[in-house]
Amino acid sequence: LSTADAVAGVLWAGATLYAVFGGADFGAGFWALFAGRGQHGERARGLIDWAIGPVWEANHVWLIFMLVVLWTAFSVAFSSIMSTLFIPLSLAALGIVLRGSGFAFHNVARRLRNRRLAEQAFGLSSLLTPFFMGTVVGAVASGRVPIGNAQGDAVTSWLNAVSLLTGALFVATGAYLSAVFLISDARRYGDPDLERYFTARALGAALAAGAIAVAGIFVFRADARYIYDGLTSEGLPLVILSAVCGIGVLALLWRGERRGTRPLAIGAVVAVIWGWGVAQYPYLLPESLTIKEGAGASETLNGVLIVFGVAVVLVLPALGFLYVLSQRSLLEGEGEAPQAVRPPGS
Amino acid sequence: VGADRVADAISLATQIPTFLAASSELTPARSQMAFTLGFHIVLASLGVAFPAMMLIANYIGLRRNDADALELAQRWSKVAAVTFAVGAVTGTVLSFEFGLLWPAFMDRFGEVFGVSFVIEGLFFFLEAIFIAIYIFGWKRLSGWAHFWTGVPIVICGIGGAFSVVAVNSWMNQPDGFALGANGQVTNVDPLDAIFNRATAYEVPHMILAAYLVTGFLIASVYAVGMLRGRRDRHHRLGLLIPLTVAAIVTPIQFVVGDTAARSIADDQPVKFAAMECVQTTHRDVTEYLGGRCTSSGIKGGIGIPGLDSWLVGFSTDTKVTGLDSVPPSDRPPANTMLHWAFDAMVGICTLLIGLGLWLGLAWWRRRDTFPSRWFLRATAVSGVAAILALECGWIVTEVGRQPWVVYEFMRTKQAVTGASGVWVTFSIVLLVYTGLAIATVLVLRTLAHRWRTEEIAEGEVPYGPREAAPLPAAAPPTGGSS
Repeated sequence: LSTADAVAGVLWAGATLYAVFGGADFGAGFWALFAGRGQHGERARGLIDWAIGPVWEANHVWLIFMLVVLWTAFSVAFSSIMSTLFIPLSLAALGIVLRGSGFAFHNVARRLRNRRLAEQAFGLSSLLTPFFMGTVVGAVASGRVPIGNAQGDAVTSWLNAVSLLTGALFVATGAYLSAVFLISDARRYGDPDLERYFTARALGAALAAGAIAVAGIFVFRADARYIYDGLTSEGLPLVILSAVCGIGVLALLWRGERRGTRPLAIGAVVAVIWGWGVAQYPYLLPESLTIKEGAGASETLNGVLIVFGVAVVLVLPALGFLYVLSQRSLLEGEGEAPQAVRPPGS
Repeated sequence: VGADRVADAISLATQIPTFLAASSELTPARSQMAFTLGFHIVLASLGVAFPAMMLIANYIGLRRNDADALELAQRWSKVAAVTFAVGAVTGTVLSFEFGLLWPAFMDRFGEVFGVSFVIEGLFFFLEAIFIAIYIFGWKRLSGWAHFWTGVPIVICGIGGAFSVVAVNSWMNQPDGFALGANGQVTNVDPLDAIFNRATAYEVPHMILAAYLVTGFLIASVYAVGMLRGRRDRHHRLGLLIPLTVAAIVTPIQFVVGDTAARSIADDQPVKFAAMECVQTTHRDVTEYLGGRCTSSGIKGGIGIPGLDSWLVGFSTDTKVTGLDSVPPSDRPPANTMLHWAFDAMVGICTLLIGLGLWLGLAWWRRRDTFPSRWFLRATAVSGVAAILALECGWIVTEVGRQPWVVYEFMRTKQAVTGASGVWVTFSIVLLVYTGLAIATVLVLRTLAHRWRTEEIAEGEVPYGPREAAPLPAAAPPTGGSS
């Protein structure tokens, strides 16, 4: 394995963390969007706010991390992807603006109408942003991004079966992860009702994600042959691991078990992402640009690895600290502290 | 005839998309980049400097057991939460735009300056983590522990600003690479790229600008409140903390900016010539305030003979390079705008130094009745003025670098995307960002209104309930020495 491979691994690790934590935040927005206006829906939204409020911004940084590592270490791939996929990436950027500002504004908005508007901006963009990101990944996977400045088709590169399916898979996976996380959050929140509510949704999302993945087998075989071949050979053990984890979560949820669902759900997502990585290796852009060909100067690659090393030492403990504080309910926003975590006498 | 007209209009209308698609993407790409950067730079400045103001208030609150200062810090943290969120997403848009609008630039030079952005990513990560802990930590963390979770935000803000502005400095003074026989990039040295010649003056100039803008902007909000008759201790603290910081920073900024201008006369003489509208290289160059830049020099404006030469080399005999030193295709556009932007920035900074002196003088002479209405009025406009100076400075840097994206290595038109439709995205960006600006202001006003009208809800007291007891219910008399 070369230095370039190591940097690609760093990039893939960033993508994995973004898919798990950023993906779950997108999923939370998905559930907020479809929670409805009833009393149940409002409570579900309250839980979502409470659960992701302190962490979503930190989780979002993984996206920035991926972008900067990609353009620094693999600038040819970055500029090829960004220019050919101008439309879905512009839409994803728009989604990111509406989502972040919608979330930041909705708790402060005084009038109900404005609050609803901010909530809808947050919810809808939580659905559309991962979808467009998925179409981008699908475009790369199916070899529709040629090297160069806007050399691919501006429309069909991302409006095709592989892209649409990957987009749907991204949305479903985020919703699935989020629902599994929210079951535990509902327990911390002291709301058994919401625990059942999100258990049902986790089951539904797991089945939906599984169905899309199965459909993906056929679509990828037809149109993203390189990835398909990789997933069914070198990547196969990881695909199987992912399926086993996914089925494990289903079985646990079905039996009403909560313990172990989160690591298993994360395992299912991580395994499939790394399976994909193994399948795509050694290509950055399948069959046109390898990691080796696309890598920048070795001094730059070393620089990225050094900064990543520092990040492991500084950022990961800090992130862990944030998650621990958050999971122990030591971080509180405005007013609505739930019963379960309210200190006695307040 | 009417039908013909309609048909003409329709055929014209159908040509619009073709026209837009056919015309170069350079103009909309530059417009979109300029607009989104000009928007983000204000939020980024708040992101860098606001946490420091917040922590000063927090420190005063803890140190003196001052409930007002603590409450102020808590409110500011809620404001910072909003501006940080908006700044985070507008900053993300910029990361996208590097590739969406300037893929050829990134393709060729990403490996040279990129490491600086990876470092920025590290700082931004820590900033996002600790700002979340700080904002959400008011209720359950103990006072000093909570204060210390805020300190990394300040450090990372400065570090992040350094990393980002180092890249802009690099675009002005490219270093850390060589060009091979076919124009390919070789001999990359990321550290040389980060510590290029312009980093030494551009980075401190921008970090100080962030503190200056934030200080005057927050102070101006409280000055308006005081002009409306709200003269409680809250407003006094809210005015004095940021204004004191800004008053200290402004004279330093003047010196740093002066050094920067002199360095630019050395490093990018054509940019300097465009800023001052020096058409031909000569000695004893007149410094003009205002005026219109024409091909035969400045028309109108106030001229001070020899001053421009003196400012560049401390002697009227100093030779100043003129625009004629390079062919017209290598000169920046819009020289009158550049000249005005430069003058406006320097002029506003000078006035703001005056405001700082006024603060010091008023404070020293009569601290009891301070501040006067005229002082408050001046402070009330200082925030907008400081933002204007910030934008002017940014225009000088960016437009003054044109037609280059990488000074003397790559032209902006070579960097632009081959994708079509940037006019469309620019139009959407204009609409969305206008909405975003309005919504941000409305949300902040809502917060302010809520704080003015509502009693503090139970559980809103900082560090409650554990620490609520030792805090005095009313503000202790401090003699106004904060």
